Amino acid sequence: MSIAVAIDRVEKHFASVVALAGVSLQIAEGEFFGLLGPNGAGKTTLISCLAGLSRPDAGRLSVLGHDVVTDYRAARRLLGVVPQELVFDPFFSVRESLRIQSGYFGIRHNDDWIDEILANLDLTAKADTNMRRLSGGMKRRVLVAQALVHKPPVIVLDEPTAGVDVELRQGLWQFVRRLNRNGHTVILTTHYLEEAEALCGRIAMLKQGRVVALDTTSNLLARFSGQTLRLRVSGQASLPNRLRSRATESDGCWTFHLSTLSEIEPLLAAVREAGCQIDELRLSQTDLEDVFLGVMQSASDRLATAP
Amino acid sequence: MSGFRTLLYKEVLRFWKVSFQTVGAPVLTALLYLMIFSHVLEAHVQVHGVPYTAFLIPGLVMMSALQNAFANSSSSLIQSKVTGSVVFVLLPPISYVEFFLAYVVAAMLRGLMVGLGVLAVTLWFALPSFVAPLWILAFIVVGGGIMGTLGIIAGIWADKFDQLAAFQNFLIMPLTMLSGVFYSIHSLPEFWQQVSRFNPVFYMIDGFRFGFFGVSDVAPETSLAVVVTSFLVAAAATLALLRSGYKLRS
Repeated sequence: MSIAVAIDRVEKHFASVVALAGVSLQIAEGEFFGLLGPNGAGKTTLISCLAGLSRPDAGRLSVLGHDVVTDYRAARRLLGVVPQELVFDPFFSVRESLRIQSGYFGIRHNDDWIDEILANLDLTAKADTNMRRLSGGMKRRVLVAQALVHKPPVIVLDEPTAGVDVELRQGLWQFVRRLNRNGHTVILTTHYLEEAEALCGRIAMLKQGRVVALDTTSNLLARFSGQTLRLRVSGQASLPNRLRSRATESDGCWTFHLSTLSEIEPLLAAVREAGCQIDELRLSQTDLEDVFLGVMQSASDRLATAP
Repeated sequence: MSGFRTLLYKEVLRFWKVSFQTVGAPVLTALLYLMIFSHVLEAHVQVHGVPYTAFLIPGLVMMSALQNAFANSSSSLIQSKVTGSVVFVLLPPISYVEFFLAYVVAAMLRGLMVGLGVLAVTLWFALPSFVAPLWILAFIVVGGGIMGTLGIIAGIWADKFDQLAAFQNFLIMPLTMLSGVFYSIHSLPEFWQQVSRFNPVFYMIDGFRFGFFGVSDVAPETSLAVVVTSFLVAAAATLALLRSGYKLRS
């Protein structure tokens, strides 16, 4: 299978801040690829470098073999980007915006395809409405439409569902899934980890400008397979150190990963012995959020001990 | 060149949709200048043997055209930068040369349109002659090009509307107002005559006016040479800026 996006040792600095510290990734044609990471991890910078909005300080990026700097015309024609910010041009209607965007890519008389995108995104009734009069969710859909006017084989969605209601989110994913089934390569960044888990075949996790995990979604889930036990405790004594070292903590809630259910009993016994009282206990199947937190935690430890 | 064509179309459509402000307002302003100055000075002043009101008309036409050419590219760029919609132009395969040409030509067109509007309403007050129409056209086109180019520089450099306003108020306004719109520089003291000769806008207006009356402070060939050279210098600087991606591609 050929490579849709190749990212090779890309570095980017903003003044003294390292946004990307040598990122390398290869995304195959037809993949649904997730790019996850906390705020400031470098996801948007990486996408900006791919789209030509930022220029990398070192390294190379290419779209279907076309370098994004030296062969930018071909690279940009093959790429459709839905930006993260909710931007729009207030002078134009939805249809005008889409026609203009088509023209930028050298496509005239694009109305058949524009109508199809509008219908798929449930925007047909708003085609002649000025952009200013649209709700936030509708503006977001127009951004998706604008990224698709030139039928790009590679589509990048930078947090497209931030601030979007559930119904629209479902509709949007159905549409993007269909594009992916029809052969489009999709790259997605999102904060909704259940979304990434449901959609992405493969995931890269970024932290402080580095790739800290890169695997298929199922492998990542298997790496942390089993059960997740969440505990909230109170009482005179605090959780003993030998338990703390096995867990991750956030907001006073301790998360343990168990490979088998038989580990529960000894764990609870140790908690009781330490004199802690259990206020809350939840047991669940490991999901991508647990994997994400686990990966980020161990990356923090590694980055902290790195010279 | 399809990117250029579409970007030019978009830029023209943008100002045309708000033509009440972008064309109507400057025509009204020029009309007010003409009414006030001609009312006060018509009976007292003749310049180059031309009645004052007729002398004033080409200056007002050119000043309005130049200021609006600058306003077009600069305000379009700052608006799209502030709202973030500039990405729609940065994501497609549009070269920096196409980008430059589209913004400059749109600025020229707005300048021409405003110039024609001012001319149309002022003709009612006095009829200047049209001795050499080709000179008229040459100066308004190249002059609009210079101002459209400066507008691109200002629009890219400014991060906020007040920075753009500073560029406009402290550079563009003095250059256009002190260029001989309202007077012949021969009526100035020697020192200020010399200062005016360093202002490229003076040559634009002087050459433009030559096209109407056949008389000018400086030979029109000299003026055209200065204006075309200024355009080439400004264009080279702007192209270098766009090529570097300054403030557009981080």
